[in-house]
Amino acid sequence: MSGPTQARLRKAGRRLGLHLAALLAGAFILAPFAWLVISSIAGPSDLLERPLRWWPAHAGLGRYLTVLTTTDVNSAAYTFRRALINSSAVAFGTTVLSLVTGVPAGYVLARSRFRGRQALTIFFLSTYLLPPIALIVALYVILSLLGQRDSVVGLILVYSSFVTPFVVWIMRGYFTAVPVEIEEAARIDGCSRFETFWRVGLPLATPGLVTTIIFAILLAWDEFFYALILTSSLRAKTISVAIAEFSGQHMIDYGMIATGGVMAALPPVIIALILQKYIVQGLTAGAVKG
Amino acid sequence: MVKRSLAVLVVMAVVLSIALTSGCAKKPQPVTLQMITMKQAAYSDAHISEMVKKFNEANPNITVQVTFVPYESLHDKIVTDLASGQGQYDVVLVDEIWPAEFAASNMVQDITARITPEMKAGVNPALLDILRVGDKYYGIPWILDTKFLFYNKNMLAKAGYTAAPKTWDELVTMAKTLKAKKICDFPIVWSWAQAEAIMCDYAQLVYSYGGDIIAPDGTAKFNQGGALDALKFMIKTLKDGVTNPNSLTYLEEDVRQVFSEGKAAFCLNWTYVYALANDPASSKVAGQVAIAPTPAGKPGTAVGVSGSMGLSLAKSTKHPEEAWKLIVFLTSEANQKLYASDSLPIWKAALDAPDLNAPKELAATLRVQYQAVKGRPQFVIWYNAFSTKAQVALQQALLGKATPEAAMSQLVKDMDSVKK
Amino acid sequence: MSLRLSSPNPRLLRTRVGREERRLIVAFLVPALLVTFGVVLIPLLEALWISFHRYSLTTPGRPFIGLANYSSALVDPGFWAATWRTVYFTLVSTGLELVLGLMIALLLNERFVGRGLLRALVLVPWALPTIVNGMMWRWIFNADYGALNAILLQLGLIKDYQAWLSSPWVAMNCVIFADVWKMTPLVAMLLLANLQVIPAELYEAASIDGAGPLGRFRYVTLPSIRSGILVSLVTRTIEAFKVFDIIFIMTRSGPANGTQTIAYYAYTETFTALQFGKGAALSYLIAVFITLLALVYFRLIREEVQA
Repeated sequence: MSGPTQARLRKAGRRLGLHLAALLAGAFILAPFAWLVISSIAGPSDLLERPLRWWPAHAGLGRYLTVLTTTDVNSAAYTFRRALINSSAVAFGTTVLSLVTGVPAGYVLARSRFRGRQALTIFFLSTYLLPPIALIVALYVILSLLGQRDSVVGLILVYSSFVTPFVVWIMRGYFTAVPVEIEEAARIDGCSRFETFWRVGLPLATPGLVTTIIFAILLAWDEFFYALILTSSLRAKTISVAIAEFSGQHMIDYGMIATGGVMAALPPVIIALILQKYIVQGLTAGAVKG
Repeated sequence: MVKRSLAVLVVMAVVLSIALTSGCAKKPQPVTLQMITMKQAAYSDAHISEMVKKFNEANPNITVQVTFVPYESLHDKIVTDLASGQGQYDVVLVDEIWPAEFAASNMVQDITARITPEMKAGVNPALLDILRVGDKYYGIPWILDTKFLFYNKNMLAKAGYTAAPKTWDELVTMAKTLKAKKICDFPIVWSWAQAEAIMCDYAQLVYSYGGDIIAPDGTAKFNQGGALDALKFMIKTLKDGVTNPNSLTYLEEDVRQVFSEGKAAFCLNWTYVYALANDPASSKVAGQVAIAPTPAGKPGTAVGVSGSMGLSLAKSTKHPEEAWKLIVFLTSEANQKLYASDSLPIWKAALDAPDLNAPKELAATLRVQYQAVKGRPQFVIWYNAFSTKAQVALQQALLGKATPEAAMSQLVKDMDSVKK
Repeated sequence: MSLRLSSPNPRLLRTRVGREERRLIVAFLVPALLVTFGVVLIPLLEALWISFHRYSLTTPGRPFIGLANYSSALVDPGFWAATWRTVYFTLVSTGLELVLGLMIALLLNERFVGRGLLRALVLVPWALPTIVNGMMWRWIFNADYGALNAILLQLGLIKDYQAWLSSPWVAMNCVIFADVWKMTPLVAMLLLANLQVIPAELYEAASIDGAGPLGRFRYVTLPSIRSGILVSLVTRTIEAFKVFDIIFIMTRSGPANGTQTIAYYAYTETFTALQFGKGAALSYLIAVFITLLALVYFRLIREEVQA
């Protein structure tokens, strides 16, 4: 066998292996979630069969329709719908508040030189050290005093306290990675300090900004413990809490739990899929350098 | 003329009555009450909403908002809310094992003076006592519950049995037959998850073996006599393969599910299971489910475990009168008779009432079961802390990580740290 | 916080040094500080204060007891058992996430049909909310109806359905598995970001120097992704050390405390035993552990920067 053929064979083998590995990884990543989706459309008896039927005999989107349309306030479906709305409001509010405050802070921590800059950066991150259990009782009292217990606004305030440091940290990394020379040119052209940030610094950090937005939304959407303790009614209960409570109460209705799970997963998954190229791009741009 | 003056009189009367109702006779201020209860076992959330709606209609100035949480979150929710001393809840659902702790923590009100003579005379005294600490009462029982033995008549008939077992040994013998005849893989299913659920099953067995968990003076009893027999019995049913091994992760709802799927012949569970397991909408074995008093460890020692819960007034409520009105309404005989298939009434006479809205055999079985019923050690303020450790000790013994004697003697040592 | 300018960047601030910059710093930092600490500063301090007191809901009075809550935790075997379980959880989950994440990152850095699709799909687990993830895996591990039992049985790998979450050690590994499945993609993304900026010339140079695939990985790839590995290590370890949500939804610390981590232990002490003082002390102990870890990592990062 001649040399080039052997090399070509080796290359083909490598390519085959690569594709097999990709298939395996894809299956491993998708299979569990696919099973959740199948469970959500399966008929109640399908899920309890032995041997298990992998494709349901009575598939249908009935549960999703129920969640979207039901008017029965005592049903889990209604709770899920309200909780999804609450979660959206909380994630949106938290992201806006954290970005509006966190991005400028990240900027000055990257650009300006002043005493205590390093300490301040670490100070922001100190809220990450304590587990939420330490803060919850006092937080509950403070939110009561503010009249924001069991409210979306209360959750936004609490969530922003841990999303903002995250925004500060990541954005500081991006701003550090963006060359300072362009901003200096703008300064020489007579831009004020704020204009330099707004017209030059911020646009240059756009990929980082998108990454940060995705992370902020996901962090707020994902939070569970604070919401578990701080919310109690449909006024503010988030989807994670609704699912946890429902799966604790009605073990029998797995299909409905799965439906709630899929609906809770869709917003963040869709956001991540649409903006996926920004995630790696943004991480490449600077976050990795911390 | 007469007509005219009559008309004037009528107009004046109307004006006067409007004035009276609107101003002079002071319309009651609108009040919003917050109540926290559980969405699990006993009264269903739909039924509770119905009750509250009726109360709202009868008291137009009072709006009641109900928060439903799973039993597993109820204690934490109440504690977070009331520990601050300015909680939002006015009426809270209290498990019979919490009053000592809640009273000591100053979270619920002493309502001794509010108890009416009718309550004293009409309510089963053992039930009224579940929310008593010392000589003070901290609430009114609402959910009467005790564990029953539920069994699948058809499965038992297939194996040639026509009656419910009277003792645990008899139950195990039956279960072995069912398993041998391949009628059921694991005939018995329990709620032995690391949660209060295992304590209820365990207490049930301990009492029926003539043992005790903690003596009223706070000393350990779970490491001796009937208590140790009960634990050994639990382990043996696992080893014999008659207990579903998944029981160690099951809460009551899981037990109901396995039983309703026709995958178990026996289970211990609360009142509400009878209606649900016989309902074709939620059960594959509807019509096959029978109820019996819990078996005895040794003949003649049948004692049930109680799992009742009551309603208390939060210490921090700003509307104690209205909140009390709600409690009285919810615990009233009329209301309880109507929803008796969820939870039987606390009122003695109601069990025999013709308008009791529950299956006859449920009330009949309860009457037998309630001749001897005993709570978990509710007199100690550290019960919850103890229970946390006991759940682990029991599971370690069940998993074979420790002998029953070793697990229980370790628990005795742990009690000192718990009592602090 | 003193915001006095110590050494302003001489080039950037050449024209209008001082006042404008100072105003910008204040205006840009104060809102973020307010939002971050506005609601949590008092709870942070209160928890610290409580941790020095005997603060039990069921007993009157809150006497100052110094470090007694801490010392009693440090001699409590239950605390150490929970700590070692947490360490096990942290080491195994972080380790697996790094190894699997690196493998996926290397794969995603290669060219193959459907690479774009796989790069998108890999984000799905990461975007799944923790509670949904835990619930999903509990459903898959379910002893009676779970997909895992069904698939293993149909493949002939087991003869009977297994109760995965009924044994303490197995349950712990099931929880770790669920956590690894969700968090590996994030690590993969971080490392992929590193891999993408390695210049091709480096690999060519290494090949010319006679390095094989392993040699290229050892001398080119690994040094280039060190920062990504460090960042993954820091964030994953801190999160893993505080793990609570996934345990709450999957096992509630059972069976027989087999999945009880320190955060869960602190939760039980606070809400079940109502020992608020001890609960707060436990929380601060967790914070101390995390700080120590963070210090080690920051030292590593500093060496990395200097190297």
